[in-house]
Amino acid sequence: MLMIAEATERADTTTRKTRILAVASGGGHWVQLLRLRPAFVGEHVVYVTVNRAYRAEIGAAPFHVVNDATRWNKWGLIKLAARMAWIMLRERPDAVVTTGAAPGYFAILLGKLFGARTAWIDSMANVDCLSLSGQKVGRWTDLWLTQWPSLARKDGPRFEGSVL
Amino acid sequence: MIFVTVGAQMPFDRLVRNVDTWAGRCGRNDLFAQIGNTAWRPGNMAWTAFLDPPDYRQRLFAADLIITHAGMGTILTALEFGRPILVVPRRGDLNETRNDHQFGTARALSEAGRVTVAWNERELFESLRRLDSLPAPQRVASHASCRLLNALRQFVRREATAPAFQPVTGESDPASPIGFLGPEPRQSRRRAA
Repeated sequence: MLMIAEATERADTTTRKTRILAVASGGGHWVQLLRLRPAFVGEHVVYVTVNRAYRAEIGAAPFHVVNDATRWNKWGLIKLAARMAWIMLRERPDAVVTTGAAPGYFAILLGKLFGARTAWIDSMANVDCLSLSGQKVGRWTDLWLTQWPSLARKDGPRFEGSVL
Repeated sequence: MIFVTVGAQMPFDRLVRNVDTWAGRCGRNDLFAQIGNTAWRPGNMAWTAFLDPPDYRQRLFAADLIITHAGMGTILTALEFGRPILVVPRRGDLNETRNDHQFGTARALSEAGRVTVAWNERELFESLRRLDSLPAPQRVASHASCRLLNALRQFVRREATAPAFQPVTGESDPASPIGFLGPEPRQSRRRAA
């Protein structure tokens, strides 16, 4: 953490930082998002996830909690979308990066609406087929990745390595 | 210490019950289970419903062996510490999860030599019988592959920079959950120049 914090401060003085909204739901999605952090060094990163306890893992970075929801829970989805829209208005990210699932879906759609560049990294757990949310939201992304070469397609998603 | 875990999302009675039964039969007292909303209350192992992320990480680090559902978060963290991992995939037809995607995850990771999989109860008891000979996987870094980091770095910086990340080997430090061991981008660029 120290290395990242120091690098962040140094980069401050030289270039304008990219404002990144890093979004993941719980468990494996969150662990995979954390493994991407070296790519965010020197930028302004805001985290969005579903569990308040995860704050302990990201130090002093700005942090928002949203509710998780499935496609069978319409009210949960509406609440999640509204909360994500509020976060977008407040944080105004240049880029949205997500490992899924439902919070990432809304972060991509709303991020696009607010003019951010968007990246969806499909979870490594999806070996045989892409996540449903990834399939739906893929065409709204600027960077659409799968972590398994066998799931890559010419018109997306691409394979560019994995979190492992 | 053997750490048994089912994650936080859904109960997994089949795993907890079978391992608990085995522990009782063998008289083992070195198991600890994180059982979430599982209905079966273990009688032969210490247990808790949920653990905070830092405690969870510490449990994985302290364990000699991990018995788990095919949850990506647990497996990735256990690999960071190089602990042997015995995976029991959740079955969709038993409502242990919504579909059989854990079988795909388990198959791919077992083919890559990262985990041992018990595909059914018979295999679970067989693996439990020879726990001491389960292979420890190679430790992995605490961050994604350099290829993925470079792709994301380009996306984030919006420029086609030279690859900033090069492979390094390193071990993970449980005291620092953020333990970032890879080269820091600006330094590598200077070295390359």
